[in-house]
Amino acid sequence: MENESSVKILSEWDIVAARQLGRNIAKELGFGTVDQARITTAISELARNIYLYAGKGEIHFEPVNNFEKKGLKVIAVDHGPGIQDIRRAMEDGFSTSNGLGAGLPGVRRLMDEFDLISSLGEGTTIRVVKWLRERKFG
Amino acid sequence: MNTRIPILKLYDCLFVSIQWELDDKTAIEFQESLLQRIHETGASGVVIDLTSVDMIDSFIAKVLGDVISMAKLMGVKVVLTGIQPAVAITLVELGIHLQDVHTALDLEKGLEILQGSWGIKAWKTNPL
Repeated sequence: MENESSVKILSEWDIVAARQLGRNIAKELGFGTVDQARITTAISELARNIYLYAGKGEIHFEPVNNFEKKGLKVIAVDHGPGIQDIRRAMEDGFSTSNGLGAGLPGVRRLMDEFDLISSLGEGTTIRVVKWLRERKFG
Repeated sequence: MNTRIPILKLYDCLFVSIQWELDDKTAIEFQESLLQRIHETGASGVVIDLTSVDMIDSFIAKVLGDVISMAKLMGVKVVLTGIQPAVAITLVELGIHLQDVHTALDLEKGLEILQGSWGIKAWKTNPL
């Protein structure tokens, strides 16, 4: 849990701030340009969901360094209304906000791991991880 | 942070190069100012160059798709140029295909589509 950082999402500008910080961390960790774009885009979608549905929340960044692999964990937390129908929220093309913040299924495809915990009236926590593809031998 | 995106006139075309990360407000402002410029100049075609853009999320994609539909309603054709490999990959993974949108590899090819295929003047031609 070294090097943890976070961005509070309170306004539209914070969406840009979150993805810029995320991109910088991803770059530092050694992700290539395509994975940087995937991570940045996923952060943008998560931050926008917070802004649109909960009004405010936070995005945490947490470099992961296991014995076997390195990666970046991104956690999006809000204390908003929660997601009413998680199964539908994970369907492609389903959105309750007129096509904005389209992407939970997209976010899942962009990242390697995806966990969602949501309870009505209490809020939503989404945890995603992108692993660094690193060749250890040769 | 009010960053206006310059919209340049090239004969019967308008040329826009998006040079920095788009925030929501700038994207919406861009939509309105592009349509306004189309109206003022009577342009028939638009090239939006995205060479310097390293991320397009669902919101920006929607704004771009919408402005292209709006321009179409005004009788104007739009070409998107210079979409980076990383952006193309993330857009498709995100589930956004921008299917009815004209695209070209780079600005040159975009202008060629406008002038060559659609007959919209984008550069000075010598009279035959």
